[in-house]
Amino acid sequence: MSLLRTPLFENVKAKGGRFVPFGGWEMAVQFAGIQSEHDAVRTGMGIFDVSHMGEIEIRGRDALAAVNRLITNDLTRIADGQALYTCMCQPDGGIVDDLVVYRYGPEHIFICCNASNREKDFAWIVEHLTGEARAVDRSVEFAQLAVQGPAAPALVQRLTRVDLSPMKRYWFAEGEVAGIPSIISRTGYTGEDGFELYVPAAQGGRLWDALFDAADGALHPIGLGARDTLRLEMKFALYGNDIDATTSPLEAGLGWVTRLDKEGGFIGQDVLRAQKASGLTRGLIGFQMQGKVPARHGYAVVDADGQTIGTVTSGSFSPTLKTCIGMAYVPKSSTAPGSQIFVQVRDRAEAAVVVKTPFVAR
Amino acid sequence: MGSPQDLRYTDDHEWARLEADGTITVGITDHAQDALGDVVFVDLPAVGRTVDAKGTFGVVESVKTVSDLYAPCAGEVVAVNGELSGAPEQVNKDPYGAGWIVRLRPTSAEPLAGLKTAAEYDAYLATL
Repeated sequence: MSLLRTPLFENVKAKGGRFVPFGGWEMAVQFAGIQSEHDAVRTGMGIFDVSHMGEIEIRGRDALAAVNRLITNDLTRIADGQALYTCMCQPDGGIVDDLVVYRYGPEHIFICCNASNREKDFAWIVEHLTGEARAVDRSVEFAQLAVQGPAAPALVQRLTRVDLSPMKRYWFAEGEVAGIPSIISRTGYTGEDGFELYVPAAQGGRLWDALFDAADGALHPIGLGARDTLRLEMKFALYGNDIDATTSPLEAGLGWVTRLDKEGGFIGQDVLRAQKASGLTRGLIGFQMQGKVPARHGYAVVDADGQTIGTVTSGSFSPTLKTCIGMAYVPKSSTAPGSQIFVQVRDRAEAAVVVKTPFVAR
Repeated sequence: MGSPQDLRYTDDHEWARLEADGTITVGITDHAQDALGDVVFVDLPAVGRTVDAKGTFGVVESVKTVSDLYAPCAGEVVAVNGELSGAPEQVNKDPYGAGWIVRLRPTSAEPLAGLKTAAEYDAYLATL
């Protein structure tokens, strides 16, 4: 199968992107180098082409209530113009996907989902919507650019008449950016301030170029490599690595977006309540390697006797901390910060310690 | 810019240099370090270990990837570049110099036979 390309492919290529296959897409993994790209986002600003992400819109008289039945978080707790992060679960509590859900109003909901789950999510949503609500997969209509970093808000503000200063994190507005109709969302996957901009696919390249022009050399193109290290330092979950259909949001540390007492209920609520009542057997923790060797996705977590007790779900060198960090599922008895664990790296067990997260304070 | 003329190369992007004392110094090529990106760890073999030609003798890890190192010839490890444990980035900065990885004492008569010359390696890179 040939790889899909985002509407910005040529613009990204022109900035020196090095492309790799990623979930069926041809995406830039790096430009100047992961370390320097990572630093640019933490200290200045960077831009990501994330047009591969899916966008699903739900409209109808019962749209809000219908979507609320599908997600673990609670849309009645936020206002129109606000968004939330959430899981969408199976009846057994396993995670279908993690989403950002935008509340336009009771009759209009907009969802951003993972690229690799788009078709599955859309089918799931269509199958489980109740009442008067209709879902449309609008993914191909949108390009999505993430502008992230402490300098990002000022840059976006220079290109729009929408007053961004009162816009708090996880709020959004519609308006023109560089003359292009956009959804301006104060969200991101880096731990830094910034925006995710949803624009008509055909105009994504023009917005990319306009942002670079306005930034006068201060904006750096960022690839998937640094996107991964940035999110890992915040312990943001990556679907397919840290969470999937076999993990529950409670185990994954996503209890804060799981409203077990939500009125009206949600798919998976009963199982998750029971899981909470009977006590979790494992948890997703952050760890820091004590030596210099990186732990990687899929490596076994072992105890002092070499017995396997868990699995590393994400692991990398941390460009900010200059040490190796990761996430892993471990038994409840080893989830407390300070717990000693070991990671099986090739033929040896490397010492690691469970640490508080996020790894990098923000 | 072409690869250094005094070295020989493997298809797996290691370079090998025959030293005056008959040992072979081994590292990874500029192409390899560029493809890997920022190197953060080099897993070095123990001195005294023997390796087969094309056998793995170590691992180089960048932020993003884990990559095996393959021996250009059969031999015994007589030295490793211990500087890399504190400064793995030398592999990126100076792949043909301070970023060298191991030194082997070859166990065959013509250890570099079958390896690519610089011209052959550059031609090979052009096909990738």
